[in-house]
Amino acid sequence: MSAFFSPFISKPDSVSAIMLKVILALIPGIALYVWYFGPAILVSITLASLTALATEAAMLKLRKRPIAPFLKDNSALLTAWLLALSIPPLAPWWLIVVGTAFCIAIAKHLYGGFGNNPFNPAMVGYAVLIVSFPVQMTHWITPQGMGAELGFGQQWQYIFSGMLPDGLTLDAVTMATPLDTLKTQLHLALPANEILTQPIFGHLAGHGSEMIALGFLIGGLYLLAARIISWHLPVAFLGTLFLIAGIFHMVDPTHYVAPVFHWFSGAAMLGAFFILTDPITSPTTRKGKLIFAAGAGLLTYLIRVYGAFPDGIAFATLLMNICVPLIDAYTQPKVFGKKEKQS
Amino acid sequence: MTTLFKFHGGVHPPTHKAESTRTPIAQMPLPKKLVIPFHQHVGNIAKPQVRAGDHVLKGQIIGLPEDGISSAVHASTSGTITEIGMQVVAHASGLPDLCATLVPDGKDEWIAHSGIDFRVATHADVRQMLRLAGVVGLGGAVFPSDLKLRPGTHKIDTLILNGAECEPYITCDDMLMRERADEIIRGAEIMRWVLGADTILVGIEDNKPEAIAAMQVAAQTSSDNIQVIAVPTLYPGGGAKQLIRVLTGIEVAAGVRSTEKGVQCFNVATAQSIYRAVQFGEPLVSRIVTVTGNVSDAQNLEVLIGTPVSDVVAYAGVLPDTDSYIMGGPMMGLPLPAASVSIVKAANCIIASSPKLFPPAPPAMPCIRCTRCAEVCPAELQPQDLYWFAKAREFGKAQEFSLFDCIECGACSYVCPSHIPLVQYYRFAKSEIWARESEKNASDAARERFEFREHRIEREKREKAEKLAAKEQAALAAKQEAAKISAAPTETPASAPIDEKQAKIQAAIEHAKQQAAAIKPKNTEQLTPQQMAEIADIEARRARIHELAKSEAEPPRE
Repeated sequence: MSAFFSPFISKPDSVSAIMLKVILALIPGIALYVWYFGPAILVSITLASLTALATEAAMLKLRKRPIAPFLKDNSALLTAWLLALSIPPLAPWWLIVVGTAFCIAIAKHLYGGFGNNPFNPAMVGYAVLIVSFPVQMTHWITPQGMGAELGFGQQWQYIFSGMLPDGLTLDAVTMATPLDTLKTQLHLALPANEILTQPIFGHLAGHGSEMIALGFLIGGLYLLAARIISWHLPVAFLGTLFLIAGIFHMVDPTHYVAPVFHWFSGAAMLGAFFILTDPITSPTTRKGKLIFAAGAGLLTYLIRVYGAFPDGIAFATLLMNICVPLIDAYTQPKVFGKKEKQS
Repeated sequence: MTTLFKFHGGVHPPTHKAESTRTPIAQMPLPKKLVIPFHQHVGNIAKPQVRAGDHVLKGQIIGLPEDGISSAVHASTSGTITEIGMQVVAHASGLPDLCATLVPDGKDEWIAHSGIDFRVATHADVRQMLRLAGVVGLGGAVFPSDLKLRPGTHKIDTLILNGAECEPYITCDDMLMRERADEIIRGAEIMRWVLGADTILVGIEDNKPEAIAAMQVAAQTSSDNIQVIAVPTLYPGGGAKQLIRVLTGIEVAAGVRSTEKGVQCFNVATAQSIYRAVQFGEPLVSRIVTVTGNVSDAQNLEVLIGTPVSDVVAYAGVLPDTDSYIMGGPMMGLPLPAASVSIVKAANCIIASSPKLFPPAPPAMPCIRCTRCAEVCPAELQPQDLYWFAKAREFGKAQEFSLFDCIECGACSYVCPSHIPLVQYYRFAKSEIWARESEKNASDAARERFEFREHRIEREKREKAEKLAAKEQAALAAKQEAAKISAAPTETPASAPIDEKQAKIQAAIEHAKQQAAAIKPKNTEQLTPQQMAEIADIEARRARIHELAKSEAEPPRE
């Protein structure tokens, strides 16, 4: 009876169930990913998952922490999946392995492990990879029907041996992302509306990739409905991104694309519903969440338009992660009965 | 229709109320032995008025209220007092407290008693009557009711009767309202009269339609302005502050009395016992207790105060795998130190617990800052931050983040997906802060005493020196007069430093003595049983929290 105290009951819920639901919510986006770009993404997700679990177990052992409960919390898996979805699937196998190991070992465990890491581990992994291996990070698979296609076997072969079928070069089967293409061509002084008529931009923001974004939006709406995440983060992020992109677009449509493009390109939807919403690295107060996500939206736009990198989600997230303690400290809500000045 | 207001947060735990509302309230048979604690209320322990061997009648005062906040304690039936002594009571500390053991004679013979007409009597008389009748808050707080009826600096507009009964499993108020609604309303009339309130609002959670209907019928018989209002079922909607908020929109902050906002709140069972006390002069010798959980016949019983819990659960058919008992509900209830403790005025519910009924929580995982706790906190705190501060022993920060506004309702622990015993951390932080404050007060008092003594010694020394100087002056004058030649005045200054030195040594000795004396207040020999209970309570919590910290998967970082 030593640990017997009230409350004696608890809601049947657990951290691992929450993490599992978030992982499941990624599935619509992943299914569309496979549909448009082939099964290479499944290979990188698998590699990332295995690396994450192995690294997690090793770090827990080194830190003398119980291994089983933390492996079962699904948080390492979620980090792995998010990183795999952030980097090009058609890349040498070691890219995702190095990235994932860095996420778990450095960004998570060296900062105190689950619940203590100030930075989103997946985004730290992405940042490390894009800075260290910029070339490998720019070869994105060409979507189905847009050029030379690789079968599963051929994708597998490239990932593990770096060999492509005879007569094909890497450039023939990969391309820059729509965001990257847009940026490059805007630098060539082409008008935005003309650039967007090219087939790789699809209907809204990129053939195939816009559909993946839609898949993540659907998964995100499930997370909202299941009350896994609160609306404050996605709404403030997408709202700010839309607003600022809309203002720029209205002022100068030849240089600045419409806000909907920003919503459905790059990792905007993934960021809005799966990355910014990581509770460990985002503020706890409602007002804080709004400020945090709005800041991330603004930074994302600025990095996309003026920065050196094609997408801005990762760096925007990391920059806002730094601000979380400050935001929390200055957005403490008033407690019960103390909202108005007592007479 | 009255407009209802919302309070922040709240949870919907499974209510489990149906089990104990199938049968009417039954009278628990007379037990073989009653153990009646003298301290069943908030405030000072009642002063024993009987000795072992005395024969007492039902309703006879055995303990008189002592000073300020206190209440009387009565013999629950007629019989013989066999012992006055320390026994284990229903208290978190598990420490013994002073109790009277009463062996009933089986006659259940009342002492002569009679009521008064409250409309004729003075308010002070009504209050005195309640004080001597031992009427205290029966919702669990056991605050003496007479004190809540004292006139304050603010006019009371609204009297609220709390029939919300938001805790799962508990149905004693529900059944009381169903069966004795008239007595509750009559009690409310007395309270309204004494308080001078304009309206009476009765708040009942909407999962008790029978109680609401019965109370509405009873309210119609009153000439007072009484509204019986169904409030949404949402834990902890029965907390006084939450109910006041829902019914009136008024938020009573921590540390503020609701009367300052023109509202006073009583539990429905308290209203009923006020009626019995004033109308018939019947003291509080029994109460309705829900007996539920791991029993075959969950029900509500009218139980004499002092009846052993073991008798009560046996009557309800306690099942063999029961391993412990909870007094109160599963959200805020108190695990009983033993089944032998007796039913006290605070005992609204006894839940027989088994590992199957309340399985131990899974090992705690780290906090992921998901803020589900903040979403359900009725005090609108940030429980995740308070948890960090408590764990890191940053008690100042915890206080800054309104730790003491926490009502320990348990909603945060209930929803925590990491299964962190959050409330337990807050109890720990609070008890640590209290312990530090009382230590500080003790050392402040010691320092003051020391300074006063220093000052006195200084004064005595000065006076002595002055006297000596005067004597020397006189001697010198005499000498000068006698010798008629110029004396050597160096003599006096030479002796002075020696005096000063001796005085200093003396002062240092005194200082050391004083310091030794200053430590003495910590001596546990001179403590009252109440203080001992409080200390033991704090110690028990500390021990528990240490175990807790050990059992956690992630040990606290120092």
